[in-house]
Amino acid sequence: MHEHDVIVVGAGGAGLRAAIAAQEAGADVAIVSKLHPVRSHTGAAEGGINAALRDADSWQDHAYDTMKGSDYLGDAPAVEALCQESPEEVIQLEHWGMPFSREEDGRVSQRPFGGLSFPRTTYAGAETGHQMLHTMYEQVVKRGVTVYDEWHVMDLAVTDEEDPADRTCHGVVAYDIQSGEVSGFRADNGVILATGGMGQVFDHTTNAVANTGDGVAMAYRAGVPMEDMEFIQFHPTTLPSTGVLISEGVRGEGGILYNSEGERFMFEHGYANNDGELASRDVVSRAELTEVNEGRGIEDEYVHLDMRHLGEERILDRLENILHLAEDFEGADGLTEPMPVKPGQHYAMGGIETNEFGETVIGGLYAAGECACASVHGANRLGGNALPELIVFGKRAGRHAAGEDMGEAEITTGKDGEWEAADYEFEVEVGDTGGRDPAAADGGAVATDGESVLEAEVDRAKDRVDELLARKGRNHAEIRSQVQETMTDNVNVFREEGRLEETLGDLREAREAYKDVAVSDPSRTFNTDLIHTMETRNILDIAEALTMGALARKEFRGAHWRKEHQERKDDEWLKHTLVSWNDGEPELWYKPTILEGENKTYEPKSRSY
Amino acid sequence: MSTQIPKQTEESTETETEADVASKGDERRAEKRRRAAEERARRQEEEAEKAAADEDTIELKVFRYDPEVEGKQEPRFDTFHVPFTKGMTVLDALMYSRDNYDSSLTFRHSCRQAVCGSDAMFVNGGQKLACKTQIVDLEEPIRVEPLPHAEVQKDLVVDMEHFYDQMEAVEPYFQTNEYPDGELEEQRQTRENREKVKMSTRCIWCGACMSSCNIAAGDNEYLGPAAINKAYRFAMDEREGEDIKQKRLEIIEQEHGVWRCQTQFSCTEVCPKDIPLTEHIQELKREAVKNNLKFW
Ligand SMILES: Cc1cc2nc3c(=O)[nH]c(=O)nc-3n(C[C@H](O)[C@H](O)[C@H](O)COP(=O)(O)OP(=O)(O)OC[C@H]3O[C@@H](n4cnc5c(N)ncnc54)[C@H](O)[C@@H]3O)c2cc1C
Ligand code: SF4
Ligand code: FES
Repeated sequence: MHEHDVIVVGAGGAGLRAAIAAQEAGADVAIVSKLHPVRSHTGAAEGGINAALRDADSWQDHAYDTMKGSDYLGDAPAVEALCQESPEEVIQLEHWGMPFSREEDGRVSQRPFGGLSFPRTTYAGAETGHQMLHTMYEQVVKRGVTVYDEWHVMDLAVTDEEDPADRTCHGVVAYDIQSGEVSGFRADNGVILATGGMGQVFDHTTNAVANTGDGVAMAYRAGVPMEDMEFIQFHPTTLPSTGVLISEGVRGEGGILYNSEGERFMFEHGYANNDGELASRDVVSRAELTEVNEGRGIEDEYVHLDMRHLGEERILDRLENILHLAEDFEGADGLTEPMPVKPGQHYAMGGIETNEFGETVIGGLYAAGECACASVHGANRLGGNALPELIVFGKRAGRHAAGEDMGEAEITTGKDGEWEAADYEFEVEVGDTGGRDPAAADGGAVATDGESVLEAEVDRAKDRVDELLARKGRNHAEIRSQVQETMTDNVNVFREEGRLEETLGDLREAREAYKDVAVSDPSRTFNTDLIHTMETRNILDIAEALTMGALARKEFRGAHWRKEHQERKDDEWLKHTLVSWNDGEPELWYKPTILEGENKTYEPKSRSY
Repeated sequence: MSTQIPKQTEESTETETEADVASKGDERRAEKRRRAAEERARRQEEEAEKAAADEDTIELKVFRYDPEVEGKQEPRFDTFHVPFTKGMTVLDALMYSRDNYDSSLTFRHSCRQAVCGSDAMFVNGGQKLACKTQIVDLEEPIRVEPLPHAEVQKDLVVDMEHFYDQMEAVEPYFQTNEYPDGELEEQRQTRENREKVKMSTRCIWCGACMSSCNIAAGDNEYLGPAAINKAYRFAMDEREGEDIKQKRLEIIEQEHGVWRCQTQFSCTEVCPKDIPLTEHIQELKREAVKNNLKFW
């Protein structure tokens, strides 16, 4: 058993920033991460960090762009916090030595990004995330924060009162990948989940193999709702064979998209007459797929992104990394030929429901970064808005967990607000129905003190591991790819009712198959077979909530396109989708979006670029 | 692939007899049939080629070892035959083998795009990132082994603790006492200076360089190329100032520091991020001499 004031799960941008903040606020902090910190997926971010740093810019403009980009599904208190605090946070990174790209006068450079009314994206070449991750890890080393790396967190230790709002989180249970030991990590003040994205729900994704949504699924099983899961961002420029991302920075610098007929389709086919290639991501992704579907794609699959006209010097200065990616992973030389690109899963706008301080409905449990949904991105995230989210909300969660008084939250969590039950009947059964992997908070005997809650959870986790190792059954890889395929085929950029229902059926089958899952590697040393088996359970929970949300939301908003519903329906759908885990069954419900900011209300306007 | 059949042009037939027209029509139809047959043959050929390519398998010989499992305690090589697909990397082939043949096959990997640094391995006798190494560039059978000069934990997984310790020994964090006035002011840095440190900041901690270095193999305490490069990254950053640079030079000048390097260039050769490591080490040696510090 390990004991600290604050336990941070995950060591990407959000986890590292949270740990630094909690430590600065006086807490004894430990980070528990299944990957060594510098292996976290934040390192893959390329394009940049948005922050209103210049006199001609303002946080208000940034907030306006973000609300508009979100298609009015962002919550204003969270969006305004993001935009007010990111300048300070970016300068903080600079003071920690982050090697940003520079202007002639030595200040950090900024460039235009899609959906922004000012070129406010600061960057470090096309490797912004790498530089940010390493800079923050350096600060963690400097401060001597304890890091347990290569420990896979399996579940949370949460009391099991009837109402999730009465529950408390006392720590986490983790599995030491190197030794096979299961151990409890007691957190006296708070647990912060910062486990990142969930791209592995899909098979064509820019996300790392480790991005399996563990934190979201763990929180869900413990009683925290998943929010707005149907809003998945598909990035318009990923390499067709691997899903490796070609940064929006290429279009920001002036890269052009062409179809097979050599037309600059963003303009010529009227998808975005003002902003063209720099329209927001959902618009460009749909445009590309429409071109392909109408027979103007290349090899019936992709379009071309051309940056040759930018010239070698500019490309090498600002986009050098892109040349390497296109060359190494697609065999294309960006200096002499256009690069093939198509949309791919990129970012989850939804996640663990939190308020603007990172608090969840469960006491002592926080979330920040991509796994969380404070609702800064709503239905569509603007490029360059995730990295500031990590640092702003990572810091807020860290301080709050360490005991700082953050005041009263404006965003509510759980069912205490004006919630509304969904009226949607799914054709197939959803949820677990008696699987062997019960939920964390399952309504059993209520343990009162933290110690015994954690011990009970550790015992349960040990049993689970023993069982998976001992029995014979199906391999997780088969189930995982079944899920990834049906999600990619049916819950992609374009969505229609029949196929969404079909996917729920496929997921039902996968869940049934998962009841027989077993690990064939008997080893206690570095058993990745076991880790992947546990991750697959998380993928299943997430895929299901995502598809349910997509089926029930009968409108077209942001990244969520529905064949049968081609309009944004503000009267009915200015609300967040929530899915709660109730005794083995997902329950779908809604709560209203908050459009009132500090000094203004963000009135929904039609979104054109 | 588009299979467009060339458009047939309708010609004027005003002055022609019906028989002419009929025979012309026949000709045209015959011509069309001929082209269609050609097109079919070409497509069949292509498909056959593709099928042959699909059947093309590659042979992978993978190092196996697990201290926990009977039968795997003696290191050995397992052979996997993997169907080749275009653009396949060594990592893809390993994942295929694991998911389809032996789920206990163990290796680290995550990003699949050469940024997380977790899948450095010894492929056909060289340190490589598996995700960045195309199968077509390799000779078969492909031998995949763990990084040399590190303790093997299982299969292709090696203990990285020592590497991390060396990285942390150089105080790998920005240090300065001079901050600009005003909270929202950055510490300005010239473009030239950023350019100077740029390559050094690209290290992904993969450990390939350390594994390739003979000196590091012989002297366990040698800081090694990656850690020295990390020191370079800060020592050359103009924002840190002269006093701190002095302190940094002292660290890299210690007994197991820069002077151990015998400029064999193996680190520079294997670095997947093309960092000119040997050059950086040499430059630090020069700086040290310039500073006239003591050295061993
Ligand atoms: C290719 C790519 C490019 C991008 N470019 C940009 C950009 O230019 N600008 C921008 O704003 N955003 C960008 N994004 C989005 C942004 O990078 C991510 O949203 C962000 O980095 C996520 O950070 P995080 O800290 O939430 O998670 P991550 O960095 O993914 O870290 C997750 C951490 O959680 C740990 N973890 C996960 N599960 C467990 C478990 N069960 N137990 C223990 N530990 C666990 C992992 O080990 C890891 O340390 C990009 C994303 C991708 C994929
Ligand atoms: S210097 Fe190059 S080879 Fe060495 S650890 Fe860094 S990236 Fe890997
Ligand atoms: S998998 Fe990340 S570097 Fe290869």
